[in-house]
Amino acid sequence: MTQENRIDRRFAKLRAEGRKALVTYIVAGDGGLENTVPLMHQLVASGSDLIELGVPFSDPMAEGPVIQKGHERALEHKTSLRKCMELVKEFRQQDQDTPVILMGYANPIEKMGPEAFADAAKAAGVDGALTVDLSAEEAGPLNKLLGERNLRNIFLLTPTTRDERIESIVQLASGFVYYVSLKGVTGAGHLDPESVRDNLARIRRFTDLPLCVGFGIKDGASARSVSEHGDGAVVGSVLVSAIGEAADGAAAKDRVAALVGEIRAALDQ
Amino acid sequence: MSDQGAIDFSAFPDASGHFGPYGGRFVSETLINALDELQAMYARLKDDPEFIAAFDYDLAHYVGRPSPLYLAERLTEAAGGARIWLKREDLNHTGAHKVNNTVGQALLAKHSGKTRVIAETGAGQHGVATATVAARLGLKCAVYMGAEDVKRQSPNVYRMKLLGAEVIPVESGSKTLKDAMNEAMRDWVTNVDDTFYIIGTVAGPHPYPQLVRDFNSVIGREARRQSLEEFGQLPDALVACVGGGSNAIGLFHPFLNDTGVKMYGVEAGGEGLATGKHAAPLNEGVPGVLHGNRTYLMEDEDGQIIETHSVSAGLDYPGVGPEHAWLKDIGRVEYVTADDKEALDAFRQLTRTEGILPALESSHAVAYALKLAATMKPEQNIVVNLSGRGDKDIFTVAAIDGIEV
Repeated sequence: MTQENRIDRRFAKLRAEGRKALVTYIVAGDGGLENTVPLMHQLVASGSDLIELGVPFSDPMAEGPVIQKGHERALEHKTSLRKCMELVKEFRQQDQDTPVILMGYANPIEKMGPEAFADAAKAAGVDGALTVDLSAEEAGPLNKLLGERNLRNIFLLTPTTRDERIESIVQLASGFVYYVSLKGVTGAGHLDPESVRDNLARIRRFTDLPLCVGFGIKDGASARSVSEHGDGAVVGSVLVSAIGEAADGAAAKDRVAALVGEIRAALDQ
Repeated sequence: MSDQGAIDFSAFPDASGHFGPYGGRFVSETLINALDELQAMYARLKDDPEFIAAFDYDLAHYVGRPSPLYLAERLTEAAGGARIWLKREDLNHTGAHKVNNTVGQALLAKHSGKTRVIAETGAGQHGVATATVAARLGLKCAVYMGAEDVKRQSPNVYRMKLLGAEVIPVESGSKTLKDAMNEAMRDWVTNVDDTFYIIGTVAGPHPYPQLVRDFNSVIGREARRQSLEEFGQLPDALVACVGGGSNAIGLFHPFLNDTGVKMYGVEAGGEGLATGKHAAPLNEGVPGVLHGNRTYLMEDEDGQIIETHSVSAGLDYPGVGPEHAWLKDIGRVEYVTADDKEALDAFRQLTRTEGILPALESSHAVAYALKLAATMKPEQNIVVNLSGRGDKDIFTVAAIDGIEV
């Protein structure tokens, strides 16, 4: 029996309450390093259950224009992977319960070294990692290092993932499964609720892990529609867009609070 | 060069797409199925006599192959050593080796039944070669090109448009080739059902490094045969420029098992390795992950990819094909550099001594070959891959000379 982790505890609690998970994504360092931890606390205060902290990368291949710009802004503030760890550590001084996942790309982890990454993540109070371009075929070594430290490894499944592949990926996956609702990049605009429903049912045959749906979820209505057949919704681009447009840290917090609050209310209806 | 005699280079990549620790598949999950399909289709077709015949026919009748192996006598005289032979890829249709690959991938695209092709391009040569085959097959074509490169390479942009392609300027990141590749990947993720991605170099996720190499290996197969015909033995050395590395691997690969043939890949030294302003990941970079494969990269201490510098847009890329990374590590190929000035000098020298205007990319190979030849004996032979023609570069050279064309 593996040890429990904040992610497991959070999903168990949500399940017991009959509620859907709201997973929120922001890019670390976007809007200035000093504003990230206050934003994370605001996300929680407004109803976020899990935080995906985006680790900025110079070449974020899977992101649409909104999140690409978030990465570029964060890099202007020299937000390195190490800085991201420090931000999580600072967040943990006030919040011991909300799970935090680092979402990013393989190269900064390669540069730090997978073992150093896993150690630093553990020490900082990170609960899991989602590495977009680390395919299941290449994920083995990092997966093992994370598992040994009781950290979860979140994998993406997509409309194009075949059944036999779903079956092998869920063997590697832990914490929850992130279902990418559409063929496209983050923030795309062609969400198809029926396809989401059918694919979640297909994935459900292979795993009991919580299923969260992301990409293309813009508001309370779309979050509610996709989470109806899964365990939660992931919201990113609308938050990153708001942070990018905000005049300062206080304005960003206000915008994020309003957006997350609206989605939370819709999910809890 | 420890135990390379034991390696059969034709057996790589391995089943999972690796060359030693390099290569592999580092892409978002959405693309895995398309890569699996491509891999299965290529495995089925690559030894299929009908497919091979169709490819050979196109190379002969559309590209104009074989390209000559030309003894550059006056250049040899100027270098004062080994004989310098030029493999004339500049004489191919569209003016560079790039078309070998796009003809091959176009055949795959046709077999796949997809109706649209996309490509990334830096200098525009691969974009032109893709737009060309798309026009021939009646496929829709979109080419991603960094906004900076669109400005620098306007003649090629117009050529692509004449050929019916949509040229999409990429405004993200450094607005050059690497960003064009990111954007092409994003397009592919979105339109994977009807779109075939024609990658232009031996990078990207498996099976691209393999199939781009295989389609370009016609260069080395011809050069091998022509060497035996022209001077009765294999060359003593091969020289080719390396950006992503498709022309170099095309020349090198059919010779890799011939341990007596030395090979030199020439990276762009830019303003000099000491300045940091160059595009020489094999000389100065470290292994990392970018654009779907593990390879040597130019990056900073946090693993962010850094901007590269070269007078030649086609070498201006922070990564390199994974097979080159492996060949470097095992010592089979030596990777060296030529800087901007050396390349420009070689550009002028070849033009004046042989009446051949080389691409600035290929000029890097010529520059190193001149130095290498001087250290070798007159009865020895060097084959240099003249990977492209320099007409596209006359504006760049004129600007350096302070002349308005």
